[in-house]
Amino acid sequence: MYEFDYHRAASVADAVAELGRVSDSKVLAGGMTLLPTCKMRLAHPSELVDLGAIAALKGIEITDAHVTIGAMTRHADVANSAALKAALPALCVLAGGIGDAQVRNRGTMGGSVANNDPAADYPAACLGLGATIVTDRREVAADDYFQGLFATALEDDEIITAIRFPRPACAAYVKFKNPASRYATVGVLVARFNDGVRVAVTGAGSDGVFRASDIEQALSADFSPAAASAITVSPDGIASDMHGSAEYRAHLIPILAARAVGACR
Amino acid sequence: MKNVTLTINGQKVTADVESRTLLVKFLREHLRLTGTHVGCDTTQCGACTILFNGDAVKSCTMLVVQADGGEITTIEGVAQGETLHPLQEAFHVHHGLQCGFCTPGMVMRGLDLLAKNPKPTEDEIRHEMEGNLCRCTGYHNIVAAIQAASGQTPVGH
Repeated sequence: MYEFDYHRAASVADAVAELGRVSDSKVLAGGMTLLPTCKMRLAHPSELVDLGAIAALKGIEITDAHVTIGAMTRHADVANSAALKAALPALCVLAGGIGDAQVRNRGTMGGSVANNDPAADYPAACLGLGATIVTDRREVAADDYFQGLFATALEDDEIITAIRFPRPACAAYVKFKNPASRYATVGVLVARFNDGVRVAVTGAGSDGVFRASDIEQALSADFSPAAASAITVSPDGIASDMHGSAEYRAHLIPILAARAVGACR
Repeated sequence: MKNVTLTINGQKVTADVESRTLLVKFLREHLRLTGTHVGCDTTQCGACTILFNGDAVKSCTMLVVQADGGEITTIEGVAQGETLHPLQEAFHVHHGLQCGFCTPGMVMRGLDLLAKNPKPTEDEIRHEMEGNLCRCTGYHNIVAAIQAASGQTPVGH
């Protein structure tokens, strides 16, 4: 790793001030992507501003209408929360399938959503459930937040403080995972609300996470696995790499959507 | 340089470190606790797994400064003197190791798993141990050792 300085932020305001004060500084959440990136010398921040000690950024709050999760809540805490298993089990299943146990003990929801890796799981949860990304200065709808590969609506010194998910009638996330990295080759989140169905796809879009509108329409009319699997997804705009061609990924999308409908609870 | 204080295997340690010093490097090269291994250095193999505040984490992907003020247990802190921990004993009895390189990480991850889920099923063990690779491919007996340490009859025995 290149040399960098380190600042353990005492509060969100302290972190924002530090990011403004030091050019080329970067927020450190769980570090499960940023530290390997620094180790490979693909990133060279002048300073890491660590949010790890800010207790206010951790925790899960559940109301009748929403689930709100602090940005520094770890995947393991989401996966194992008994209250969340009752309120929004799809999120627990998703979090329990991220990386591996050690990664889940460090990695955070805010870190994943800020990074917006095109094969990460949480972007599908945010977009599929129509979440609101809460930052130190504003609230951004997930539909406006994800803006391409590793690109988001965040300003350089803006910090996610929490993510607020509306509670659906039912939801499920099904991932066809890369067996080595456990990133999504394709991951589909299906969420049924009283006013319609949302379907978000990660791992497949050449521009990152996206909503599968044809499948949404089919499922809003008929919420059944057959309705999802009857849709054909075009490979245009779908990513192709050594793990799967665009045609292969496009083929998987309705199949996984159908499985998610079957697993919805 | 940053001044850090950690509790490692029950002992307070204070040191000046660079911000970029990885926890595993600090353990191995500064403290000479070489039981924690570096297999891949890329967060994949789990040989460097230690307990940080009771949770298994990969010490190759954590900075010492992040651990400042925390409690760390390495493989050196698991046995009581000459008496192996029951999980270590189970690895011995069930031959849960071949070359042994991955074993410290396997044991540390296994300890965390059993602390949180004292009677895991075989599937749960395999899922929860996914972050630890054994290049000898000796997974079956590793799973058996963890089952035995949890008081369950290992599959296939």
